Amino acid sequence: MPHGTQPDSIVVQLNALAGGLFLLSTFGMVATRQVQGCMRFFILQSVFLASSAFLLGLQPLSWHLIAVAIINLINKPILIPWLLKRTVSGEVYARREITQVLNIPISLLVALGLTMGAYFFTSPLLRFAEGSSAVVNLPIGLATLLLGAFTLTVRREAVPQLLGLLSMENGAFFASIAIAPELHLFVELVIAFDVLIAVFVIGVLTRAIHEHIGTTDVGSLAVLKEESSR
Amino acid sequence: MIARIAFNFAQVVVVMLFAPLLAGTVNRLKEMVQSERGPSVFQPYRDIWKLFHKDEIVSEQSSWIFRFTPFVVFVTPVFVTLLIPVLTSYPLFFAFMGDMLGGGFVLALGGFFATLAAVDTGNPYGPMGASRTRLVGFLAEPVFMIVFFTVSFVAGSTIPYIVQQHWVSPIANFFEPTHVLVMLAFFMLILAEGGRIPVDNPSGHFELAMIDESKGLEYSGPGAALMMWGGEMKFFVLICIFLNVLVTPWGLARDISVHELVLAIPLVLIKVLVFALTLVAVECSLAKLRLFRIGEFLGAAFVISVVAMTTWVFAI
Repeated sequence: MPHGTQPDSIVVQLNALAGGLFLLSTFGMVATRQVQGCMRFFILQSVFLASSAFLLGLQPLSWHLIAVAIINLINKPILIPWLLKRTVSGEVYARREITQVLNIPISLLVALGLTMGAYFFTSPLLRFAEGSSAVVNLPIGLATLLLGAFTLTVRREAVPQLLGLLSMENGAFFASIAIAPELHLFVELVIAFDVLIAVFVIGVLTRAIHEHIGTTDVGSLAVLKEESSR
Repeated sequence: MIARIAFNFAQVVVVMLFAPLLAGTVNRLKEMVQSERGPSVFQPYRDIWKLFHKDEIVSEQSSWIFRFTPFVVFVTPVFVTLLIPVLTSYPLFFAFMGDMLGGGFVLALGGFFATLAAVDTGNPYGPMGASRTRLVGFLAEPVFMIVFFTVSFVAGSTIPYIVQQHWVSPIANFFEPTHVLVMLAFFMLILAEGGRIPVDNPSGHFELAMIDESKGLEYSGPGAALMMWGGEMKFFVLICIFLNVLVTPWGLARDISVHELVLAIPLVLIKVLVFALTLVAVECSLAKLRLFRIGEFLGAAFVISVVAMTTWVFAI
């Protein structure tokens, strides 16, 4: 059976733990009803992403991955929430509950199915990566990517949708630090700034929508007439 | 052989003695967090003592189930105590009589009889609480099953004494994601099964909002004492399974000697106290969920347990 054939070192296990908690915080993002809670889970998710990058940078010592971890730790848990708070008005955070197309238990079950699917689809690839940490990071990254896309589809509020997008990015990042650890540091910096700018643009857009029509419930923007909107 | 039997019964005595203390401590700590004084930590002992010296009133309309239930509720946690590691890290005399699934079934038997007894009398609140308990119970059941299967699959055994060794035999096993996720799911399960705050308010006195408490409303005198003591013991046993099998299998007696066993008692109590502090922190920072949101709470626990299983099964 899986483990136990060779004694896993504690760093590998800690990385696996960071992966498990990363996935768990993604589930938290799917399951919470409040914008604030969704944001907190995103911050947690980013912290686990950074800690996984840090741990992967420790085992064969690579300053590159540690730098990636530090960039992530500054960018996602600190800068992005701050920027969102500044651009989107506080009213968005004051709303208690987010409307959602599916109810929470069903969306959790769908999320569970997506996760199983991610593990299932990556298992043929993982046969070639035996022993490396891609075994942990690839399926969890793919699962987070799918769950982020799912959040984006199901949520009807602007900020959680943005967080779904960012969680997709986190998922891709989580897989990539294990598969392609030697990406140029310049690229990582560009990605970090790209994400910041995306947050900024969507934040400003949300603010504009909010000022215009008094709500950020973008799900009801699909309908033209106001009478038939709900 | 004699020592193993004696130690097994020592475990039962420890559970019987300290279960009310745990209940009292949790109540006192909760009151202290809410900046009140609260009753003494020994109040549950006084309650049990007082109730044993009172007369018992049994409704003429009730059947033998109503009279029989307090004994079942009291005895089932005692039986489970024989099967699980409370003080020792090596299997005791009765350890192989039943595995964790057996323990779960025995505990469920107590719950089953408590439900029947609640329906047995004419009290309108009893059946309501009983049906709600069943609602929580059947939502908690899949979580229990998945957690149990994952744990026994990982450890390759269903005997709690063997499972507890797996997590620490190389210390790296402790940090397995499966382990942490199973711990989290089981903690949520304890909150649901023990009737603690996000699911049920144990200190609430409003009958319409009760889930767990309203089943024992009809009991008086010694029957009420046994129901109360049994409920406290059940909670203590669940915590012992959680702490000694899943979370911290340290501080238990390692070989068959009396002074190791005596030393294990304060260590286990310290672990239980830490758990009580965590529980109080959770109970004081969350609000009770609406009845139909309990499904979401236990659904989240279910998802966590399935993720724990997935990360184990697919890890190569």
